Amino acid sequence: MNGKSQKYTEAPVKVLLAKPAIDGHDRGIFVLAKAFRDAGMDVIYAGLLPTPEEVVDTAINEDVDVIALSLLNGAHMTAFRNVMEILRKRGVNDIAVVGGGIIPDEDKPALEKMGITGNFGPGTPLSVIIDHIKFRAREVRKLRENEY
Amino acid sequence: MDNFWDMKAKEIMQSFSEDKNYEEWKKNVLNPWNNKTGYKDKRRENSSSMPVKELYTSGDLPKNDQTGIGNPGEYPFTRGIYPNMYRGRNWTMRMFSGFGTPDDTNRRLKYLIENGETGLSIAFDMPTLYGYDCDSKRAEGEVGKCGVNVSSLHDMERIFDGIDLSKVSTSMTINAPAAILTAMYFVLAEEKGTPLEKISGTVQADILKEYIAQKEWMYPPEAHLRLIRDMLVYSTEHVPKWNYISVSGYHIREAGSSAVQELAFTLADGFYYIEMGINAGLNVDDFAPRTSFFFNSSINFFEEIAKFRAARRIWATVLKEKYHAKDPKSMALKFHTQTSGYTLTWQQPLNNIVRTTIEAMAAVLGGTQSLHTNSYDEAWALPTDDAVKVALRTQQIIAEETGITDVIDPLGGSYYLERLTCEMEVEAYKYFSEIEKMGGILSAVKSGYLQKEIADTSYKKQIRIEKGDDVIVGVNKYVDKDEKPINTLKISDVAEKGQIRSLEYIRKKRDESRVSRSLEKLHKAMEDDSVNLMPYIMECVRNYCTLEEISNVGREIFGEWKEPKIY
Repeated sequence: MNGKSQKYTEAPVKVLLAKPAIDGHDRGIFVLAKAFRDAGMDVIYAGLLPTPEEVVDTAINEDVDVIALSLLNGAHMTAFRNVMEILRKRGVNDIAVVGGGIIPDEDKPALEKMGITGNFGPGTPLSVIIDHIKFRAREVRKLRENEY
Repeated sequence: MDNFWDMKAKEIMQSFSEDKNYEEWKKNVLNPWNNKTGYKDKRRENSSSMPVKELYTSGDLPKNDQTGIGNPGEYPFTRGIYPNMYRGRNWTMRMFSGFGTPDDTNRRLKYLIENGETGLSIAFDMPTLYGYDCDSKRAEGEVGKCGVNVSSLHDMERIFDGIDLSKVSTSMTINAPAAILTAMYFVLAEEKGTPLEKISGTVQADILKEYIAQKEWMYPPEAHLRLIRDMLVYSTEHVPKWNYISVSGYHIREAGSSAVQELAFTLADGFYYIEMGINAGLNVDDFAPRTSFFFNSSINFFEEIAKFRAARRIWATVLKEKYHAKDPKSMALKFHTQTSGYTLTWQQPLNNIVRTTIEAMAAVLGGTQSLHTNSYDEAWALPTDDAVKVALRTQQIIAEETGITDVIDPLGGSYYLERLTCEMEVEAYKYFSEIEKMGGILSAVKSGYLQKEIADTSYKKQIRIEKGDDVIVGVNKYVDKDEKPINTLKISDVAEKGQIRSLEYIRKKRDESRVSRSLEKLHKAMEDDSVNLMPYIMECVRNYCTLEEISNVGREIFGEWKEPKIY
């Protein structure tokens, strides 16, 4: 961390948690919300059943560092891709996107290629997820700084 | 002032006495032993944060144990609802199944019947559960993924192709659009020439637990409750063997609740439905016998068994004393059980067979009427044929090899189990009282109180796992460095494309004027709260109106619903 960016990067990481499809399995997302909060992050939960458009709108309006997407219903390849495409169409490149849920290994390379990292499965320790989000947040904050 | 629930809790607590035998043993035998060996015991508790002693003795039994425990087939049914339990007939082995297209599911159902399954249970995909057709924008990527897709009567015809509805009982796990899927099943029976009096089965239809836990709804609570009332009344009058509701704790537990919370919130929902039937002008004994329940069986063995027994005793007591039921059938709580999906681990998946076996045994020792056992690969995906077969065989081994079924309620009289059953009852009564003070279950749901209680319990559990206080073998202890991938069931996008094509065909083939006429009639009927909607929905279904078209009539009239913020 260099001196001139210190102030900006020290603000709490702002993360939007979202399930961008029709998937009501919300046990995990509430656990994550509480864990992220306890780790000092500023957490927004998109609520149930948001469309990919609504997720991107909220992310932009709330000026988040990271969108954390989760699905347990097998629709991640379609729904996560839709979120990435909408971000691209809106010209957003300084919000990091991470994923998680029931994601088969064979889908992970394709998600990584879209720019979605993490893709954590069941049983992942919370600390691993938190570290990854903080890491991605630092990346995008550096990017933003270079733009300003 | 004490309400009904406070008084019941007090009654049970007053039946406990001091356990002098235990205290003396602890002082004279256990403590000196621990001191000598340097063993430091720590406080232990179950999933409901109830302390668990190291030993239970006869002093732990309630003073009224003869009347409280009673006999099988007799009030208060603690030891089981039938006099002969599994000596008469084993529980129904009912494997929850559904994926891909209706044809895929039809093949899986026939495979299970060939392998000795005794009842059907249909799992629907997310679009169906939320009342969207397969060609809806919102359904994109989800068709057939978590269950089978049903967009019109045509799909139900395919699921049950070649299956005699008078010979099987069918359970349908559907809630928000329950009235529509029920109507489809009834119309399907008509088409097959099976009289409605002959069909049997269960529709889940428990909307309260949707707001509490599973989060699948279309309209505000009052609108769904009206539809449940209509199903209840229609079934009571026309489909006598149909269980119009399965009051479900399963999802409450999966969402993160403790065993006690599952017990309390589920029964509180059940009491609400009983009051709804009474308020609709029915006699409690005319409809209460067709109320059924659905519980989770998780990994804390004795806690689960105690939960099932406590559920039966509470239901019997409350139906008799508060709702003045006279028919013992109204007081007998019958239930389906599913082993816990939450306890399945992605890591070292074969260990899940063992977990499922233990949970299935708890369900059987708890006196379940039907059982679904999860497959070992379900933390990865929907199960393969091979994995489902192991899960079904698990039930068959328990039923036919172990001797567990030879004796009715073999654990009855266990000091620990009987005491735990009583203590869980007390905890449940405390929750009922709290819910009543909040203005009833509907207020407790709308305010997000129950949802918050569950999320808090679930977070505490996760922290215990992270710290290693709670062990999960293969996840936070005895971890393998390299997890080898297993063979899983793949559902390709072909299912989605196939369903969309099939729906297009139905839309072309049907009589559009009949479609719009029946939808208009339904619209009109919905506007008048006193009208029973079931005949109108059945008319729409007969004319091949789609699931979403029928659901949308309600969306127009009742509007949508946004959950209370709990985070």
